[in-house]
Amino acid sequence: MLESILTGLSGLVIGINYLFSQGLPNVVMLLVGGLLIYLGVKKEVEPLLLVPIGFGCLLVNIPLSDLMEEGGLLRTFYNMGISNELFPLLIFIGIGAMTDFTPLLENPRILLLGAAGQFGIFLTLLLALALGFPELEAVSIAIIGACDGPTAIYVTSQYAPQLLGAVSVAAYSYMSLVPIIQPPIMRLLTTSRERTIKMGAVNKTVSARTRLLFPIVVTCVTGLIAPKGLPLMGTIMLGNFMKECGVVARLTGASQNEIANMVTLFLGLAIGGTMEGHAFLKPQTLAIFALGFVAICVDTAAGVCFGKLMCALSGGKINPLIGAAGISAYPMAARVVQVQGQRYDKKNFLLMHAMGANTGGQIGSVMAAAVMLSVLKGMHMI
Amino acid sequence: MDNWRFGLTMMIVGMGGTILTLWILSLLMSLLKKIFPVASEQDPPKSSR
Repeated sequence: MLESILTGLSGLVIGINYLFSQGLPNVVMLLVGGLLIYLGVKKEVEPLLLVPIGFGCLLVNIPLSDLMEEGGLLRTFYNMGISNELFPLLIFIGIGAMTDFTPLLENPRILLLGAAGQFGIFLTLLLALALGFPELEAVSIAIIGACDGPTAIYVTSQYAPQLLGAVSVAAYSYMSLVPIIQPPIMRLLTTSRERTIKMGAVNKTVSARTRLLFPIVVTCVTGLIAPKGLPLMGTIMLGNFMKECGVVARLTGASQNEIANMVTLFLGLAIGGTMEGHAFLKPQTLAIFALGFVAICVDTAAGVCFGKLMCALSGGKINPLIGAAGISAYPMAARVVQVQGQRYDKKNFLLMHAMGANTGGQIGSVMAAAVMLSVLKGMHMI
Repeated sequence: MDNWRFGLTMMIVGMGGTILTLWILSLLMSLLKKIFPVASEQDPPKSSR
């Protein structure tokens, strides 16, 4: 009887024994999970993502809980929406339903800033290859430079699922650090005269019909050019079309709120579930974070430099600072431009122009990912 | 295919493809604005009698 009681009791300490014998990586990741929760709750750094990711990280690193084993809670979330890419696409419908492309349609040429803002992706790809990452892993790491969480998750879950935790956390962390990362680069690359260029008020020249047709045209054109990326562009444009057509308010509302909120929770927990200590704590994780940082810095620099080029070509009518908004971190990057512009001239209002570049950055990041996937397909690598 | 050739191909075709696609989109956006101007949606002014 005593023996059986002792055997039963041993089941209660097996987890603690594991933690002390071979669980150092789990202990470190429990601290990392705690840090993510702290950043989300106390510093409000992307709390909607970092809180569930942090909690998922805690759950999966408590030894022998089997939450990521087949049939476990986190594995179920993972299979439900990450291994089949469903969750990022559902989030994209919500993003499309929340985005107003009018500032971009007012001045279509600033869409090119959204292309320049993706340069970091391709440079980082080269750096990742130089560091020895295999091709598809390098593509997944480079996509952090899209500054677009769902796109990074979509690409990584398909081609390098073993890196999903590191890539997702890096992407969302750097997106939230945009107000810290971008201003020094913007100041470094512009003169004080350029920073004070006024761009005037945005005219209201976009009709409702143009706004309605825009998502359909974008879907068809980009789908024909880069069909592998159509799920990404198609869902963001579906959300936007539902918003603009105005006859499916309930669906638009559900996409913006209930669906987006529920999916964000499941997505965060499932990503946290990929952060098990023994799999996550590797030198390559640090390399991924470093490369992601480089990608976002280069994106910003390329956007500002292209803004300078447009400034020169337009005879000084475009403020190069708005080039920094050519990344996908929406609307944070646009706000950074507004703040920086007003820092040098209180009467300079760049927000609507920066919003145009920022929505261009959203389209640009999705397009860059779509083009990459289609090129990979063309090279028979996927 | 070696790593450098792969990386440079992705960079040239990828960045070039992105710029080209977005340039085409910007032209189409301008075209849409021309075909469907704001004025065409406004009600015609009522004649005053």
